[in-house]
Amino acid sequence: MKDIANIMEIQDFSFTYPKAENPSLKNINLPIKENHITALIGPSGCGKSTLLRAMNRIHDLYPGCHYEGAIKLKNQDGSIGNILDIKKENDFIALRQRVGMIFQKPTPFPMTIYENIAYGLRIAGIKNKNDLEEIIVKSLQDAALWNEVKDRLHQDARGLSGGQQQRLCITRVVALKPDLMLFDEPTSALDPISTLAIEEMILGLKEKYSIAIVTHNMQQASRISDYTAFMYLGDLVEFNDTDVMFTNPKEQQTNNYITGKFG
Amino acid sequence: MEKIFARLSQVSASLVFVVLVSTLVTLYISAKPAIEEFGAKFLIDARWGVDVPIEPPSSDHKPAQQASQSSVSNAHLDNGTNAGDEDDGINVGDDDDGINVGGDGVVSNAPHKEVFGGAVAIVGTVFSTIIALLFAVPLAMGIAIFLSEIAAPAISKPVGIAIELLAAIPSIIYGMWGLFYFGPFIASIFGGHSVSLLVAGLVLGVMVIPFMAALSRDAINTTPDVLKEAAYAVGATKFEVIKDVVFPYAKAGIIGSIIISLGRALGETMAVAFVIGGVFEFAKSVTDPTNSIPVVLANNFSESSGLSLASLFYLSLILFVVSFIVIFTAKHYFLRRGK
Repeated sequence: MKDIANIMEIQDFSFTYPKAENPSLKNINLPIKENHITALIGPSGCGKSTLLRAMNRIHDLYPGCHYEGAIKLKNQDGSIGNILDIKKENDFIALRQRVGMIFQKPTPFPMTIYENIAYGLRIAGIKNKNDLEEIIVKSLQDAALWNEVKDRLHQDARGLSGGQQQRLCITRVVALKPDLMLFDEPTSALDPISTLAIEEMILGLKEKYSIAIVTHNMQQASRISDYTAFMYLGDLVEFNDTDVMFTNPKEQQTNNYITGKFG
Repeated sequence: MEKIFARLSQVSASLVFVVLVSTLVTLYISAKPAIEEFGAKFLIDARWGVDVPIEPPSSDHKPAQQASQSSVSNAHLDNGTNAGDEDDGINVGDDDDGINVGGDGVVSNAPHKEVFGGAVAIVGTVFSTIIALLFAVPLAMGIAIFLSEIAAPAISKPVGIAIELLAAIPSIIYGMWGLFYFGPFIASIFGGHSVSLLVAGLVLGVMVIPFMAALSRDAINTTPDVLKEAAYAVGATKFEVIKDVVFPYAKAGIIGSIIISLGRALGETMAVAFVIGGVFEFAKSVTDPTNSIPVVLANNFSESSGLSLASLFYLSLILFVVSFIVIFTAKHYFLRRGK
């Protein structure tokens, strides 16, 4: 494996859901590489989404989660902080603006297309109308969504098609210029054509952003990711270059999964 | 089988219209004498059951005047027969009968007519409802948000059940509570009477809060978790998520709950009858007693006949139309999506 800087490093990480007896994730060690795409694959219930949701601590919206180990995130000044140490609400807000998230189903806010993007920007402190306008137009152009929505910027975002909604949600996160973007099965609710558009979008994003993506779809992982992590029953079984992973995996279990013997 | 089923559901659905239209028609027919007698002036006339001498035909419209004169004397006759038990509130003291009998010699030959007007009751209804909503909406929203977004399940469950129990209390109990405890309490704070427009509005508010809160909570609970998570994921705080995502998402349901409560407040009879005072006078301040449409209806039906009965029907027709218009416009105005 080439030596590339890690934006995030997960170390001996264990996670237990509220009121659960046993941890859902056990001693995970995983790097997320800067400006590359890391895919998390594995059968349902293996903990891949749980791991992803720990990376911006969205779990903490529901009290009673238990963490062990460390998740280290590189700050913009090069220093490194453990996000599991965060306790104050303001720090959570800062974390979630730096580590953006896109969900399984499109989640347009109940407001206009313009406001959907402006919302996070305003929270981030960009209030000037001209600045907002500029960023929003630029983001939509980058997302190749501009031509589709330029005439209806001030209409309800829920009127867009599913694929457009999801691209809007990605744009909304990109506009915040996060250090790391988390995708939680972003195409599982979409048709093949919309899926393709999203995949192209994600590929285009890796020039500037670091990306972790959870997917059910192994072809998707092999198409877009640079690194792949295979998880099974709360363990990280294997982490490798995507090319190696899908041609010559180290572990028998990985081989069984990617060749379709189970999962 | 398919056909029977389709037909049956069709019949059930059309029943709605039958009931609606037939209610409207019967109300109109029963109210017709009063509508012909008073016309639109009924809406702004504050007198109820007041006897006035008919002025020599000089004012508005002459032919109508003639016609109405005969109908008036009829109505008057009716009134005379059961004059003994015609007794309500303030304006009865100097009732027509008294004048008729007492002033036999001089005045009686001058034609009289009894005038009915709904203004006091209409204004009372509108204002008591407005007070109720002003009081209930913020509180109910607070309860709904607390139950669905803030409280832990261990707290929100019992509170939720308590709310549903509150909603189950019959209105007469609220009325008695309002009359004997809440009214004097309010009067001791704000002054004025212990039965008043304010007390009526607040009791109404207390009554509709459980409905509003329970329905709004259900609406808020329909907001998908993932949508809230997405808002948190762009850095929103809990307050911002509730204000910008949960509320707009649940808007239709919340407004629906307010409209239902509004309809209930407009038509509420028993509780208001206890605490509004039931006098045909405008409230000069909110702590004065006044009257509302359902209360007038409930208090006067047993003692009315002829024109006064028709006037009551006229009033109920107004209530019907007002409720209909309020709910209809509220629905259309607020439930339009987007801009």
